[in-house]
Amino acid sequence: MAGAVAWRGIHNFFLNPALVIPAILFPLFFLAAFAGGLSRVSDIPSFDFEAGYTAFQYVWILLQTVAIGGAFTGFAIARDFEGGFAQRFMLAAPRREGIIFGYMIVSLVRVTVTGGVATVAALISGMQVLGSGVDLFGLLGLAVLVNVAATLFAVGMAMILRTSSGGFLIQTPIFVATFLSPVFVPLELLDGWIKAVSKVNPITFILESGRGFISGNPTEVALAFGLGAALILVMIPWALFGLRRAEKAG
Amino acid sequence: MLFTQISQLSRRSVVRLLRQPQVIAPALMFPLLIFGFQAAGLSSAADIPGFPSDSYVSFLLAFPLVQGTLFAAVSAGTDLANDIETGFLNRLSMTPMHPVALLIGMLAGVVSLGFLQSVVFIIVGLLVGVTFAAGFLGALVLIVLTTLTALGFGGVGAILALRTGSGEAVQGLFPLLLVTFFLSSILLPRDLIETDWFRIVATYNPVSYIVEGIRSLIITGWDGQALALGFIVAAGLIVVGISGAVLSLRGRVART
Repeated sequence: MAGAVAWRGIHNFFLNPALVIPAILFPLFFLAAFAGGLSRVSDIPSFDFEAGYTAFQYVWILLQTVAIGGAFTGFAIARDFEGGFAQRFMLAAPRREGIIFGYMIVSLVRVTVTGGVATVAALISGMQVLGSGVDLFGLLGLAVLVNVAATLFAVGMAMILRTSSGGFLIQTPIFVATFLSPVFVPLELLDGWIKAVSKVNPITFILESGRGFISGNPTEVALAFGLGAALILVMIPWALFGLRRAEKAG
Repeated sequence: MLFTQISQLSRRSVVRLLRQPQVIAPALMFPLLIFGFQAAGLSSAADIPGFPSDSYVSFLLAFPLVQGTLFAAVSAGTDLANDIETGFLNRLSMTPMHPVALLIGMLAGVVSLGFLQSVVFIIVGLLVGVTFAAGFLGALVLIVLTTLTALGFGGVGAILALRTGSGEAVQGLFPLLLVTFFLSSILLPRDLIETDWFRIVATYNPVSYIVEGIRSLIITGWDGQALALGFIVAAGLIVVGISGAVLSLRGRVART
């Protein structure tokens, strides 16, 4: 079942330019606007990031891309419910949890492509990578955890709402969570409410650890991976709750 | 006769807007949300040597004002596409309605939304401590410039709606407008943009001049050159948007 859901989702994504083009363009656009347009931000006194501003921004853009990729998978689920396809899948599935697993595979495949394009673009634009190969695997591992957590959240929300008009509710919490972190400057240079919120946002720890990997100075690795795993553990019951709600709705 | 036609269609357009909180709420909330994140996250950007203001919040208030006009454009285009999809435009084209009346009437909603957004964003700006260097009169001029920009972008949205007749296609315009918006001097002044290609794009991007016109009233005071360029670009946008929309409307009506 998971394989059938995954194959259909991947097929639909890659053969529909209206889905694939924006998904690839958005990270590139963020890279241009934030890494290109804001590079002078690294001139702020006390801003210290050895790998440069492009690498600093790239880590956030990668995490944002994989998280929003999860949200877009939620949109696809909502469309499947509107069209009646998801209901037919549910009738046919011996174990319906496989449907969730299938959508998670779709999400991982699509962010592999979109994140890969963003990475190539960042490297072409001169991003410095000071971390070793092992460090980069660490960064990719964090990205996978964020994607799985975001996808599970989106799956739960989409199965509860079962309509495309609920897209705002699927996307906004993910979007807000990624922005409530040190996006443009390190945590210590933030002040006011954003610093207070960022200090308790799990995404902040994952982001800072990811920046540590790319600059060859891994920091708080265990905490970041632990938080990523904890997010997934919290989101699994949420996704299953959504599935049960969809089952009840018929 | 023409005035009556315009006023009737304008009334319909404004009433339709007011009856759609799902359109008004995101058009107000989304730009404010991004403004909040950017202003808080980049507050230390005011410490960059040569930055033109002590406050990044004041510098960034142009952000929701201009981004709001992009929402207005998409909203106007979507409404018009909806009229095409439901056959309303076809029915109107059978009447002796003047095409210009039809278009201006339909764009009244976007002008109202642009005006509402300007007022709300200015109030929010004042609440978070922004002071207007050009004073109360400057705030009024700012509202006029923002509303004219909304009308211009509304015309662009109308062109796309009339050409495609599809609300989905108009929605697809938003990412393109957003890219145009971000590839401007919206986040940093052009002379502080370090990346060469970005600075060149921002210099040729007309949105930069609208942003700088609006921003001058907030952080500089009365800057004749920035204001003149802002109004010239807004006027150009209106001329291109409306004339393009009129031509597209004629083409669509002829096909009906």
